[in-house]
Amino acid sequence: MPVLVLPKSNRQAARVQGRTWQYTGVPKWIYLVAAVGALFILLPLTGMVAQVNWGQFGALVTSESSLAALVLSLKTAAASTALCIVFGVPLALLLARAQFLGQRILRALILLPLIVPPVVGGLALLYTFGRQGLIGKSLTLVGIDIAFSTTAVIMAQTFVALPFLVLSLEGTLRTAGQKYEAVAATLGARPGTVLRRITLPLVLPGLISGAVLSFARCLGEFGATLTFAGSLQGVTRTMPLEIYLQRETDPEAAVALSFLLIAVAVLVVALTYRVPKSPLRALVSPEATP
Amino acid sequence: MTLFNTSTRPRRLRLGAVAAGAAVLALGLSGCGPAATSPSAGPDSNATENATAELSGTLNVYAAASLKQTFTELAHEFEAKNPHVKVSLSFDGSSTLVTQITQGAPADVFASADSANMKKLSNAGLAKDSPVDFASNVLTLVVPPGNPANITTFADAAKPGVKLVVCAPQVPCGAAAQADAAGAGLTLSPVSEELSVTSVLGKVTSGEADAGLVYVTDAITEGDKVRSIPLTLANTTINRYPIAAVSTTKVPELAQGFIALVTDSEGQKVLKNAGFGAP
Repeated sequence: MPVLVLPKSNRQAARVQGRTWQYTGVPKWIYLVAAVGALFILLPLTGMVAQVNWGQFGALVTSESSLAALVLSLKTAAASTALCIVFGVPLALLLARAQFLGQRILRALILLPLIVPPVVGGLALLYTFGRQGLIGKSLTLVGIDIAFSTTAVIMAQTFVALPFLVLSLEGTLRTAGQKYEAVAATLGARPGTVLRRITLPLVLPGLISGAVLSFARCLGEFGATLTFAGSLQGVTRTMPLEIYLQRETDPEAAVALSFLLIAVAVLVVALTYRVPKSPLRALVSPEATP
Repeated sequence: MTLFNTSTRPRRLRLGAVAAGAAVLALGLSGCGPAATSPSAGPDSNATENATAELSGTLNVYAAASLKQTFTELAHEFEAKNPHVKVSLSFDGSSTLVTQITQGAPADVFASADSANMKKLSNAGLAKDSPVDFASNVLTLVVPPGNPANITTFADAAKPGVKLVVCAPQVPCGAAAQADAAGAGLTLSPVSEELSVTSVLGKVTSGEADAGLVYVTDAITEGDKVRSIPLTLANTTINRYPIAAVSTTKVPELAQGFIALVTDSEGQKVLKNAGFGAP
């Protein structure tokens, strides 16, 4: 870890944190601009909370259709997050550790779902896995129909959420460096052992925060689900779709459900998401270092 | 946050992230829609009722999504007749539009796909005069060109195993679908209840669904991308389209002029050609 050498006058701004010097000085005006930025996010949330009809809140969010949507959302988001981990970890490892032709292009392509509108993602899925789609055509012949099923919801969510996990984990992998992996390898550990015993424990905090971000993104998925999976209570109508539909006839129910969705997302993120500290600490506890 | 920790990533990716950020920003801005064209009454806007008086300014028309083709045509016609007038159109679901207007969107004219949403505008005290019905629409069954499920009647679409897509009961086309099914003595078991008629149409044209219930005008717009099968009911549910000027309009003459165009013979001809029924 680099140690900053500062002119004497600036040393007050540097304070001892752990065993390393870290520069923590921030110009005063940064606070002002940051406060405006924070308010820009918080004010609309406050505006919505102010609209919630608390007297009816319980009744509004426990209606049959609301509960079906909530349960479906939680189930599909959990399944999608699991898929993101299964496919995202190898992708992040390849991007951070391996070197191969087309690596940059692969990274750019994996970022695509972050950039394109989810509706476009939904259309892409439709034209690939739909009944008339590239792969869907053959799947239909063997009796597999994906569209209008819960599977389609999970696929749509995984599609939009995967980049969150890959990006997050790739960043952690690069920050962690390869020192310990190299040492393990020189001691005779096979690549599989290094991955299991060194790499994964080292980046676990990054993996968890990536998974949490993916889960939150899955909970909020709307466009791709609507385009690819349709909307049927208990099968494909997740919370965001239910909110959009309720808004047509019962804006109060839509606001109550929106609040519930935000509360669930905030709860999940607050309980599990940590800004990953220096990944080395995850592997080497402070007590163990000299 | 690790996601934006660019310190150890190659420069290329950082540029990518900036581009992504810019794209996100652009998307966000494009969502602001027609707010940029605020109604601006021109110098002649205090013209009298004189028929030769020249109208000028910008007219913001908020219209139901199913009116996209006809109202675009009528707007061009209105602009051709009044060279100093610009018509700015905003199409969306009626309930979305009415929410926007009650929240202060600069609409001068609102054309709804059903009376329920026009009522919301009236109840908010935002309808200038009492709304006028100017068109009607009925549902029809549409199937993909190949008709994979061999559907020939409304009853066929209600059979088990048929992938039928309808609108959710909460949206106007879904309410009409329920009423028509009840009228035909059928119980529909759709694979999806979409949030808008456009979504239903999309599922049929892409071949995902075997059949869908949409408005006859939608079926006509799609041309040979769908095959239309009339419901042949004794009592079809008729959906009426009302139009009204918004009471906060700064260009009432323009609003009145446009509504007159829609409701008189010329506008009615355009609507009829598109498949709309008489009001």
